[in-house]
Amino acid sequence: MADIHSVIGTKNKKGQTYTDTWKLMNEAPRTPSFYTGSEVIKEALRRASCDVMIAYPITPQSEAAALIGELFAEGYIGDYFRGESEFAVMSQCAGAAFGGARVFTTTAGPGTMRAMENFPMWSGARLPIQMIVTCRGINSPLSIQPDTLEIAYLLNTGMLVWHAETAQDFFDWILKGYMVSEEPDVHLPLALCCDGFFVTHTKDVVNLTPADMCLPPYDPYRSPVPCMDMECPPVRMMRDPFVMKSNYISYATHASWQQEIWAAVERSRKHSIHWLNGLIDAENTDAEIMIVASGTAVSQGREAIRLLEDEGVRCGLVKVKTLRPWPEEEIREATKNAKHIFVPEFNVTGWLAKEIKATIPNPERVHAGPRVCGGMTMPPEIIVSEIKTALGMKTFSLAGRGS
Amino acid sequence: MSKERIQISEDLYDIMPSDYQDLVKSATYGKEDRGWKDIGTSKELIEQHSLCAGCPESMAFRYILASLPNPEDTVMVGSTGCTSLVFPMVAVHNIHSLFGNQNAIASGLKRALSVRFPGRVKDVVVLAGDGATVDIGLDMTLQAWFRQEKFTTICFDNELYANTGGQESGLMQKGFVAKMAPVGKLFDKVRLPEIARESGCHYVVNCTVSKPSLVEKVIRNAVHIAREIGPTYLQLYTPCILEIGKNSMEGLQEMRDSEKPTERFAYKEYVSEPAKQLLAELAAKDKERKAAAKQLAGQVSA
Repeated sequence: MADIHSVIGTKNKKGQTYTDTWKLMNEAPRTPSFYTGSEVIKEALRRASCDVMIAYPITPQSEAAALIGELFAEGYIGDYFRGESEFAVMSQCAGAAFGGARVFTTTAGPGTMRAMENFPMWSGARLPIQMIVTCRGINSPLSIQPDTLEIAYLLNTGMLVWHAETAQDFFDWILKGYMVSEEPDVHLPLALCCDGFFVTHTKDVVNLTPADMCLPPYDPYRSPVPCMDMECPPVRMMRDPFVMKSNYISYATHASWQQEIWAAVERSRKHSIHWLNGLIDAENTDAEIMIVASGTAVSQGREAIRLLEDEGVRCGLVKVKTLRPWPEEEIREATKNAKHIFVPEFNVTGWLAKEIKATIPNPERVHAGPRVCGGMTMPPEIIVSEIKTALGMKTFSLAGRGS
Repeated sequence: MSKERIQISEDLYDIMPSDYQDLVKSATYGKEDRGWKDIGTSKELIEQHSLCAGCPESMAFRYILASLPNPEDTVMVGSTGCTSLVFPMVAVHNIHSLFGNQNAIASGLKRALSVRFPGRVKDVVVLAGDGATVDIGLDMTLQAWFRQEKFTTICFDNELYANTGGQESGLMQKGFVAKMAPVGKLFDKVRLPEIARESGCHYVVNCTVSKPSLVEKVIRNAVHIAREIGPTYLQLYTPCILEIGKNSMEGLQEMRDSEKPTERFAYKEYVSEPAKQLLAELAAKDKERKAAAKQLAGQVSA
């Protein structure tokens, strides 16, 4: 039955047609375009029916944030401004989302860390803000180079956390991300992460949906908590604030609120599977050797597998797409035949390997590496070398290792 | 939102809390000349509060909520502190998120409401303590003013961190001995009203809340000017009687003592030129409305 309130098929002020998102993503014609990751973010936002975007300069997301400003000047975004710091920007995003807007922002590295206090507040307030994180180093001494350590800090905020491998993932997931985030039984913020520079500053062929089609607008009245716009009656949500009382009821109320956030993360699973075609992609799961990775480490792993094939070593691959919700069962299933599991990562602590070890039986199968950090690249050869060494095979010595 | 939006289904009427029934029956949403005189004859937009007995902040809350010119389309933003204990009892939408980010929240909120409701009035009012406004949140307080964000910032100045137990704050007087100022505060009370003027606020008032009529006037002015022109700032003395060693009944006298001409809360006001013009226009309209009402009343009685 046709929904008389539906805007599908009508046009916005820029002449774009509000299009059913499933049709837009899966059936609408695609045009191959040669763009940088930053330009792809802009093109996704052009189609996202975004109400408010708030920007702040930090490498390597500055270009994307500025390009979205151009979209605002063209009339595609409701409002746009530069905030004064990432902490302020993430609070401004919260204010806009409290007011019922579809909100977008971008950040990176130290900016993510500076804004951190906001993220559990976003998820606690059930604000479906989308934040692009173009990961870079966070430690002193200063580095602007790619490094994914900041993702580890996001994993326990109650946000959805996805890790894009390519610019194509980015384009599709920005649009699909709103569909998952804004579901009434989810209604949580999304940190859509990518590896800075490798994705943001390199050009790639990306298949774009038509520029004259856009997402249906956000409906804030599908939120599980009231939208703060005085369009619905004010209700007293609590007799006394939790902070006021030191008693069991107060603790229990706060505890149930937290549990509900994480239940919502779990409920996002089915929607994420629907939109992303699964929380992981897996190849050659019958192989005894598996590489499990997220982000651009997946691309390097794929290349390593090709090199190993040339030497007669068969190796499988798991691409982890969502870190929250965490694809526990999928990873268990995909690695059940593996005797060795390698987890290449672009960070010093190996947070992904730790997550995997905590997930699968016989975690001694996990080789937490190879790992690079501080902006180093990860040539597929070091993944090959790591695997061959573990298997007791002869391997070329790599330059600089002194062996 | 209009008052029509807060009707209760007849079938559910008897199970609704009595304070909500009262809101529907006799609150002053939509009343054009609402003000402090409605207190006592209508349902206030604040229910019980959990502040200390006699706290001047509770008086300030009541006067402010009675004076908002447009509560049916006003969203308030608070911050962490004693004020955040009151907001759950307030019958306008209000946001508490973090400590000190209230003007950043309000910036995003006001812009979202402007995008979503073009051509409609949606007022945003920030109400936070002095720690939130002047210390931890100063950056965001000032930057919102620099950007000319169109909302009102109210600071409840009690000259210390009350909710955490009486620590030194930037608005504390020099020399005052407090927690974290064990030998007395070493620097002057921050002159935020002057900074507000230099930062682009169009209406700045520094006063106490001893007189409800005065609170009504400055709240109405601040909200109207913020709606039409740009940022406004009110710094209201709401002494923490607990931390300055006063009794419950002594808050009012403390405010009266502090607003004498030579004291730090003597009434001070700054109004920008465009704001003066707006206030004159509003006063003229008000006069016209009253004259018309008088004429109408004359006709009826004649």
